[in-house]
Amino acid sequence: MRLSSRNRAAVTFVRDILFMDTIIQQLVNGVTLGGMYALIALGYTLVYGILLMINFAHSEMFMSGAYFGLFTMLFFTDEGMIGKVTSALPWMSWLTPAREFFLGSTFGLILLFVIVFGVAAVLTGLLGMLIERVAYRPLRNAPRLAPLISAIGVSIFLQNAVLLWVDSKAIPFPSIFPVKTFAYGINSLKIFIVVASFVLLIFLDTFVSKTKIGKAMRATSQDRDAAGLMGIDINSVIALTFFIGPALGAVAGIFHGMYYGAVIFNMGFFPGIKSFTAAVLGGIGNLRGAMLGGFVLGIIESLGAGFISTGYKDVIAFVILIVVLIFKPGGLLGESVVEKV
Amino acid sequence: MLKVTDLNTSYGKIHAIRGISFEVHEGEIVTLIGANGAGKSTTLKTLSGMLAPTSGSILFKDEEIAGTPAHKVTAKRIVHVPEGRRIFSQMTVRENLEMGAFLRKDKDQIEKDLEEVYELFPRLKERLNQKGGTLSGGEQQMLAIGRALMSKPDLLMLDEPSMGLAPVVVETIFEIIKELNKQGITILLVEQNANVALSIADRGYVLETGKIKLTGTGAELLKDESVRKAYLGEE
Repeated sequence: MRLSSRNRAAVTFVRDILFMDTIIQQLVNGVTLGGMYALIALGYTLVYGILLMINFAHSEMFMSGAYFGLFTMLFFTDEGMIGKVTSALPWMSWLTPAREFFLGSTFGLILLFVIVFGVAAVLTGLLGMLIERVAYRPLRNAPRLAPLISAIGVSIFLQNAVLLWVDSKAIPFPSIFPVKTFAYGINSLKIFIVVASFVLLIFLDTFVSKTKIGKAMRATSQDRDAAGLMGIDINSVIALTFFIGPALGAVAGIFHGMYYGAVIFNMGFFPGIKSFTAAVLGGIGNLRGAMLGGFVLGIIESLGAGFISTGYKDVIAFVILIVVLIFKPGGLLGESVVEKV
Repeated sequence: MLKVTDLNTSYGKIHAIRGISFEVHEGEIVTLIGANGAGKSTTLKTLSGMLAPTSGSILFKDEEIAGTPAHKVTAKRIVHVPEGRRIFSQMTVRENLEMGAFLRKDKDQIEKDLEEVYELFPRLKERLNQKGGTLSGGEQQMLAIGRALMSKPDLLMLDEPSMGLAPVVVETIFEIIKELNKQGITILLVEQNANVALSIADRGYVLETGKIKLTGTGAELLKDESVRKAYLGEE
């Protein structure tokens, strides 16, 4: 069949619109994913900057954060759980009115989310500090391979702990967040994730570049011994690093749980290894690099999923990792200052 | 002010310092000289807490500080400018100086002290917002000393401040060391450049393979034949 030139123009027009539509939709998805990757990537890059070690247990910080968030949320909103808790512990009976308050108004909802994110971030941060103390600090002066293997051990331990003691199946994340959908697949949850990620990234960037403690962290990452000579307590700085990284990872974990609607014990694996890729892509050890890398990776992955095939979604991250390692091992924002001795 | 007695330090199996004893009095410039590997840097590192001694005593202002970690030693106002400057190369000159004042809370006084450092090292003031790693060797040494001054030292320990610097720059640095001493800072100086070090020092100790071989005033050591042969390159 032959199309008249007019019809042909119409077909192209429609195809272009669909094309633009997909691009915008996938960009939106990419930025949302990118925000999560950036938050997780910061944890890898912070620890690497200070200890020159890849914390392979970081993906489990993300997973633990999601579980802490989930359980905090269930604790305050799940009727079944509240019923069990209050019948066992009568003094907890305030949970029932609290639930009504949290779910009853916008203010209550906001407060609920602040509590859920806050509790999960703090608990995961403390878990991170504990892991550093138990599994990494004793190996501080050991060959570099030792803490790496210790980290893999911690990762396997945490996954299996959740598998055995919590649940081996996925647990649905309560869909309490009011999701409103707009054009191009944009919805209120995606907006929330992107905005919250940006706020946290800007906050961390300011913290590290402007505050005294933040500068002490940078000093420690550049020269640990010299930082000690300035009066900086290196162990405290390292502990703080192991609090901040996992706390940000926890936030990303909850985003992930809300976005995909469920949490499971091995949920950390792909986001973890992709965020590690993002950190390498941006230049490992470089904070802004990790943020940039997160968004670049999220966007490339989403565009790839939209235009090639969703089946290749996970392949793309690793292709990028390999290409970066071969052609620009320093990453996009790798160290640029020439050092003089 | 500083009294070291029978100090021993090892790196793994290497016994780098073998029972050395020496003293630094308030207001003095004391230098430790010796060949490569004599244990000069190890001594300073042990004093500042970068290394823990295996045995021995370090009394500073009559307080035992042997084995105290580095960040606590700095709080006692013994400040170590390590070998190779060790400035924070990715941080600006100003941030480096601020790190020197990490333990201090007196903001107004810190600003005044910064001004004093700029007066001492006008070059640093011109480069305040430049990253430390972009400075020349001499400027980096100035920054390292300026940074140490921001910790308000009573005892300033300098490890090879002349290393890798042009003779003119070495002269400037040593002038400044003398100036700081006049202002009341006690100096413990480690140098391979024995000639320059002894010429400004009140007293000196000669270190050889982890032991003190010889001691005397700067002038005495400069005249000593064995010192001239071994460290000043004379036949």
